[in-house]
Amino acid sequence: MAEMMYREALNRALFEEMRKDPLVFVLGENIGERGGSYKVTEGLIKEFGAERVIDTPLAEATFTGAAVGAALAGTRPVVDILFVDFTTVPMDAIVNQAAKYEFMSGGQGQVPMVLRTQGGAGNSLAAQHSQSLEALFYHIPGLKLVMPSSPYDAYGLLVSAIRDDQPTIFIEHKLLYMTKGEVPEEEYVVPLGEADVKKEGSDVTLLTYSYMTLKCLEAAELLEKEGISVEVVDLRTLKPLDEETILASARKTGRVIIVHEACKRGGIGGDIAAMIMEEAYDDLDGPVMRVCGLDTPIPYNLELEKVCIPTTEDIVEAIIKIT
Amino acid sequence: MSKKSPPKSAAKSKTSSRGVTEKILLQMYRSVYATRQFELKCMDLYRQGLVRGYLHPYLGEEAIAAGACAAIGHDDFIVSTHRGHGHCISKGADLKLMVAEIMGRATGYCKGRGGSMHIFSKENHNLGANGIVGAGIPIATGAAMGIKVRKEKRVVLVFFSDGAANQGVFGESMNFAAAFELPVIFMLENNHYAVSTPVECSFGNCDLACKGPAFGMPGICIDGNDAVEVYLTTKSAVERALNGEGPTLIEAKTYRHGGHHLNDPGDYMDQKVLAEWKARDPLDILRGKIRGKKKVKEVEDQAELELSEAIEFAKNSPQPSVDEFLTSIPNF
Repeated sequence: MAEMMYREALNRALFEEMRKDPLVFVLGENIGERGGSYKVTEGLIKEFGAERVIDTPLAEATFTGAAVGAALAGTRPVVDILFVDFTTVPMDAIVNQAAKYEFMSGGQGQVPMVLRTQGGAGNSLAAQHSQSLEALFYHIPGLKLVMPSSPYDAYGLLVSAIRDDQPTIFIEHKLLYMTKGEVPEEEYVVPLGEADVKKEGSDVTLLTYSYMTLKCLEAAELLEKEGISVEVVDLRTLKPLDEETILASARKTGRVIIVHEACKRGGIGGDIAAMIMEEAYDDLDGPVMRVCGLDTPIPYNLELEKVCIPTTEDIVEAIIKIT
Repeated sequence: MSKKSPPKSAAKSKTSSRGVTEKILLQMYRSVYATRQFELKCMDLYRQGLVRGYLHPYLGEEAIAAGACAAIGHDDFIVSTHRGHGHCISKGADLKLMVAEIMGRATGYCKGRGGSMHIFSKENHNLGANGIVGAGIPIATGAAMGIKVRKEKRVVLVFFSDGAANQGVFGESMNFAAAFELPVIFMLENNHYAVSTPVECSFGNCDLACKGPAFGMPGICIDGNDAVEVYLTTKSAVERALNGEGPTLIEAKTYRHGGHHLNDPGDYMDQKVLAEWKARDPLDILRGKIRGKKKVKEVEDQAELELSEAIEFAKNSPQPSVDEFLTSIPNF
């Protein structure tokens, strides 16, 4: 095991998959010599050249649509969109094209593309560079959706997403790039559609993903000292959703809190809560609760930004309230 | 109102095949004729209630697909539009699977899931029609990028309309393809109307071919009702693309023979201009260039036979199974 940063783990996955499969290529803005804003594509251009590491013009609608076309023509593109906020520009390519081509063509036209992007608040980047927009993609049939929280998962899930034959939206978190964790030196995969129980517990279940996993683990650790046993389930993949692991944990503890950074209204938490109540109502000791981002655009000012996003204290408070 | 009359230059090439072999002429004629009959029969099927949804006939524009597809190879890709039957037929589609798809049957190209606006044929390298105007343009650009990554010698021919040329992705894709010298032929079918909005009312500069040089590629304006002219122009664009010299924009001028779709009477069209264009029917123009009238008749008979067999095949085909559909829905 070697310790590695989240961004290094992603970079390693790209290197290895591009070495293994000449049909894998990356495209996006400033990903060549500059190596991307968070250095995830650093060094790729030196080894694979400009034909497989394509610095595109600043035209998200077209280069995302182009990735769909390249996938249809028999390659495996990995599109890089600087901020998840910018995915609103190529929405046609994502929603009407990538998500639907295999279906509309009766299975003839698969789109094995990965759209890597990055979201979340925490760096004072204001309303158009700090959003958590995963619910937009969660709502669209035909898209897989991955949001890893650790370097181990980031590597293993990116490898899986690249090898997968369906379009996958892969959302990283800007506060995770510099976080470190153990990553095996040998190649491995983390299958899509499998949640991970990051910490076992018996009193309450926290269902979470991406950066909030770290906050949930902090909260769980604090409450452990108070004698409350908290289970933290990192969903990792939001689509396909690992309902089995979610329901097993809900049945075990009988109390569930869903924690995500995205706005509460129309968020993924509401859907998962409904699913749990439909499937495991009799095993619950109370309603499924949510700790989510405020229903507001993200402000620039650091203190204002902080109140928009769930904190460890918010999570602790919510747990105490229901236990 | 679009008052654009047919191009005058067409007159001089009216009867000349300009060195194009009879084999190619007949191939193109088969495409034009089969498309014409196909559209007329589909309109009948629609009126009988056997076809539903939207049906956008390619009537009047057939020479563009016929000429352009004759200039590319089987392994070359096409990307089509909502008005795509002609592209599909000209690229070699099986009429049986086409009619079945348009009738929503299980045996259709897309198992009845796509319909007229989404026909896709992997076998014919037809990357699909599209219900979103302009969406095929970046897809084609990307397919050409894929060709480069795969180090193959192929081209992508993308059809789109004057309406699509007002989408942002048109300009972006033209720029993208030129910047990377991608093997794309941008075939702008200028039928003069975006549904009911005439070109004159929606462009600051109605010379659409001039957008080619603006983005760094040739822009050639041709008579889209003359299959031979379309063929020869596309052929030189294909050569250019295969030589690694990059994309070409071809503006092929044509005119719809009716409204936007079957239920649109097209009252907004200038009837005098429409009559002028109809007098220059692409079917007649091409027929006039072929000497062997007996062979023309054979092509016509064969196309009609194939089409009637296709309609029988589709009518006798099962509806898609609801159970099979429900069990095939993936969990993402």
